[in-house]
Formats: sequence, C-alpha cells, structure tokens
Amino acid sequence: MMPASNIIPLFVALPLAGAFLLPLIGKKVKWAPDLTGGVFTLALMALSLVSVWVVNQNGTLVYSVGAWKPPIGIAMVLDGLTSFMLVTVNLVAFIIAVFSINYMEKYTSKWKFYSLFLLMLAGMNGVIITGDMFNLFVFLEIASVASYALVAFGTEKHELEAAFKYAIMSTVASLFVLLGIVFLYSYTSTLNMADMAQVLAAKGGGDITVMVTVLFVMGFGLKAALVPFHAWLPDAHPSAPAPISAMLSGVLIKSLGIYALCRILYNVIGMSAEISSILLVLGTLSMVIGVFLAIGQWDFKRLLAYHSISQIGYVVLGIGLATPLGILGGLFHLFNHSVFKSLLFLNSGAVEYSTGTRDLKEMGGLAEKMPVTGATSLIASMSIAGVPPFNGFWSKLIIIIAAVQAGRYGYALWAVIASVLTLASFMKVMKYAFFDRLKKKWDQVKEVPVFMKLAMSALALICVLGGLLLVGAVKTDFLSQAADALLEGTKYAAIVFKGIG
Amino acid sequence: MSIYFLCLVLFVIGIYCIVRKRNVIKMIIGVIILEYAVNLFFILAGYRVNGRAPIFSSGEEIKNMVDPLPQALVLTSIVIGLATTALLVGIAMRIYEKYGTFDITKIRELKG
Repeated sequence: MMPASNIIPLFVALPLAGAFLLPLIGKKVKWAPDLTGGVFTLALMALSLVSVWVVNQNGTLVYSVGAWKPPIGIAMVLDGLTSFMLVTVNLVAFIIAVFSINYMEKYTSKWKFYSLFLLMLAGMNGVIITGDMFNLFVFLEIASVASYALVAFGTEKHELEAAFKYAIMSTVASLFVLLGIVFLYSYTSTLNMADMAQVLAAKGGGDITVMVTVLFVMGFGLKAALVPFHAWLPDAHPSAPAPISAMLSGVLIKSLGIYALCRILYNVIGMSAEISSILLVLGTLSMVIGVFLAIGQWDFKRLLAYHSISQIGYVVLGIGLATPLGILGGLFHLFNHSVFKSLLFLNSGAVEYSTGTRDLKEMGGLAEKMPVTGATSLIASMSIAGVPPFNGFWSKLIIIIAAVQAGRYGYALWAVIASVLTLASFMKVMKYAFFDRLKKKWDQVKEVPVFMKLAMSALALICVLGGLLLVGAVKTDFLSQAADALLEGTKYAAIVFKGIG
Repeated sequence: MSIYFLCLVLFVIGIYCIVRKRNVIKMIIGVIILEYAVNLFFILAGYRVNGRAPIFSSGEEIKNMVDPLPQALVLTSIVIGLATTALLVGIAMRIYEKYGTFDITKIRELKG
C-alpha cells in the first residue's frame, strides 16, 4: 500500500501534464481540448475531495520532492487549510471547464485556451500545496504568466491594454514578494517554511520581520487587489473571456493573494496585534471603497469586478480579526465568494453570449427569454448581498458576529453598511438586466447551450446548499480543520516536522 | 556597504521607469531593471568577501565559500523574468498594431 502522501504531487503534476499534452494533440483532434480540460479538472476535483478525507485520517502530511528530506529538499505540505483551498479551487475550475466547452466556441483556438487554463491551475495548486518559499514564488509566477496571457486572449484593443497594465503591476508585485523572500532567506538561511518559522521563533524577529511583512502585504496585497493596490482588477477581470473572469475573480486572487499572505503571516512570521490591525484596515477599506465604486457602474462585468474587491475585503476582515470565529467566517466567505462570484461572471458571460452586450442599460427583461440564466443569477445576487438562507448570509453573519465579539464595533458597522450597499447594487442589476420589460430587439434571444446551463445550475445549487457547511460533521472536518491550521500559528513548524517523521 | 546602496539605486531607477515613463517599451525596460536589481540583491545575500566557489575536492579544506543556493535560485528567477519579458513585449507589439502608438497616455480606453 502506497503512503497517503503520494497524492500530494499529483495536484501539480496532473494539470501540468494536461497543459503540455494539449498542444501536441489539440491542433489535430477536434474534440481533444474539451475532453482533456474536462477530464483533468474532474480528476483534480475528485482528488481534492479525497485529500480532505486523507487529512482527516492522517493529520498533516508532508511529501519530500525527489526524496530529499526537508529542510534541505523541497517540501509539499497537505494540512487542513491546504485541502480546503484545493477543494475551492478545483471545484470551481471543473465547473468553469464545463462552461467553457460551449462558451469558447466563438474563439478560434480552443486548445490554447485549455492549455493556459490548466497551466494556471497548476500554478495555483502549486502555491497552495508548497511548503517552500522559493517554490511558492515559482508557482506564483507560473499562475500569473498564464493569467496575463488569458486576459489578453481576445487580442482586441481593450484586452491588450488591460493585460499590459495587469502584467506590469503584477510583475512588480511578484518582485516585491521575491525581495521579501530574499530578506527572510538571508536572515534565517533556510527556504523551508516550517524551518523558517522555527528559526524566526528561536532568533527573534526584530526589524527584519517588520520589513518583510510590509513587502509581503504589498506584494500579495497587489495580487489580491486590496484597496490601495486594486487599480488593475477592474480592467483585467472584465476584459478576459467570461470563464477566465470567473476563474480570476473566483479563485486566482484568493489562492495567490489571500492564501499565500495568510499562510506566511500566520504560520511563518506569526500573527501580532500590529499585523492584525493592518489587515483589518486594509480589509475594511477594500470592503467599503469597492462597493462604492461598484454602485455607479453600468458595465455588467466591471460592476462584478468592483464587487470582487469589496468581497475580498470581507475575507481579509474576517481573517484579520485573528479570533477562531473570525478566521472561520473569513475562510467560509472565501469559499462562498468563489462560488457565487464565479456564477455571476458565468451569468454575465451567458448574457454576452446570447445578446452580445455587457451594458446593463441595453438589457432588459432577459429572465423571460433566458430562464436558467435569470434564475441562477437571482440566486447568486441574493447570495452576494447576504439574503438568508443563501450561503453569503451565513458567512457575513459570522464575520460580523466575530467582529462584535472581538470588541471591534466600528468594523462590524462598516461590514453591515457595505452589505446593504451590495444589496442595492445587485437590485439594480436584477432590475435592469433581467426583470424589466423585455426590449423589442431581444425578441429572438435564445437560452444558452446545455453545458453552460449545467455549469450555472451546479454553482447555483452550491450557493443554496452552502449554508450546510456550517452543520455537524462537514463543519468540523472541512471548515474548522482549515481554520485550525491558521490558528495553530507558528506551531505549524512542529506539526510539519512531525509529518516528515 | 556601498554595493548594497548601488543595488538600491538600481531598484529605485526601475520603479521610477515604471511609474514615470510614458512609453510602453521604456516601462518594460523598467521592469527588467527592477528584476535585475532584485536578482543582484539575492546574489549579494549569498556573497562573502574573498569567498571561493563551493566545490569540494579531496585533500583540501575550504574555509570561506560563497553560498551557492542564491545563485541557483537566481538562475530560475532569470528564466521566469525572460518568460515575463517575452510576454510583455508580445503584448506591446499587439498594442502597437491596434493603437498605432506606444504612448501610454494615448492608450486609454479603459477607465480603471
């Protein structure tokens, strides 16, 4: 019987294999891209669900790449938070791959799309699963470079402009991250995260941790589009093809930005009151400014992009509270946001597919002609606005309760205000796009093809059932396990070294 | 010490180039300079005065050697930088085809 830790490298190896296989056969065989994209993401989703069970059975697992024992070799670590993020990313990726089967018909080279898609997925899974600092930077760059190319996929004026802006800002962010890693390496003489945490704890952080924290908050904050660093997101996300917008807003900014930031701040450097207040302020700023900028938008996808900034603010606020309930709420909201925001972007893609427009003023009454899109986007809008009993309500409620419990009444108040404004903004979307009187020119509009309907319905179902994650065994095995991984703080090092065995 | 300072100067030049220059190509050059500043700093982090290459051979005791790990890592980082630069230049070429200019103030159809 193979040791359970052998599933760990598959999360990177599988999508990489798919990404390199596709250019070989994709040009000649017409059905190969759809099939490869679907099958590989399905396999990854199944594996990620298995990984939750594996972590439950065995605790934290460590895989040594090339059989070099950490801290000399590269380690890949599978703990509660990792498996939680893997499920989020791969679940959304599979559904989006299904959606793309029909949607990407209008672009010429499908195999290029799926190849880049799998490459991006490999990068994201790599960032999540690695336990090595420089490895993290490499995977960060794999995912980012693939995403620049995907934003520019349409190669029209706007796509190129947005991709250039995104690429420049994101490259600078990566370099800040690399600089932070250099400082940490020169101070601790190790690249292994667990070892680094031990050395930092033994030596005492001092000034170097302040410097490094600033660099990481800047670098990963840019990747996550927190407010002072958000300028690229409202251009880049709407310009990409709809499945990629869903992927970028749904999971990329979370796995590259939020996850990496939290992992380093909590488990390597160690959380302190100062870092906590930085995260709280950044989170609240994103939450409020994002939603204010969103209200005035008339471009469907641009409006959604601003809401991404706002919702990321909730996640950071929850995690920044650094209380068990706050972290649980933040992570739960991270999962929920990736589901409903992907769904909303897929809805906007479906509308664009059928009508060819993204302007809310031009739409109207589309729910009559496109019942599935109308219904699923209603569910997603209510989720994001925090209407019970959909999943967004529960996670926002937990975050607000956690803020009140921690005595941060001001932040709780802002969270409520931002939630009300979100509701207002999505009432506008529903009214103008789906529920107004049907305009004459949309008489011939048809509902989207079957795979797109399937994908949207699946995500809508998760939105409705999302609240169940807070109940019973699912909560303890899935959510709490992830929150515990952050809460254990710098004890992470001891746990990882025990995992190596 | 002055070499670290020069490294910082290179870094600042890179940032300045990206923030202030209006030409797309010059911005890309700024990114490259920034990349090299960080790479150089990484090499410097593993450097020792009068250090030698860390190659072991029998009958010889090495007392003062430079850290080889940053050099290996910087190689990786240079390759990554190459990929990024190639993509950026590719996008810049397409931008020139569509807009007919490299001036960033004229490439402004998005509001963000």
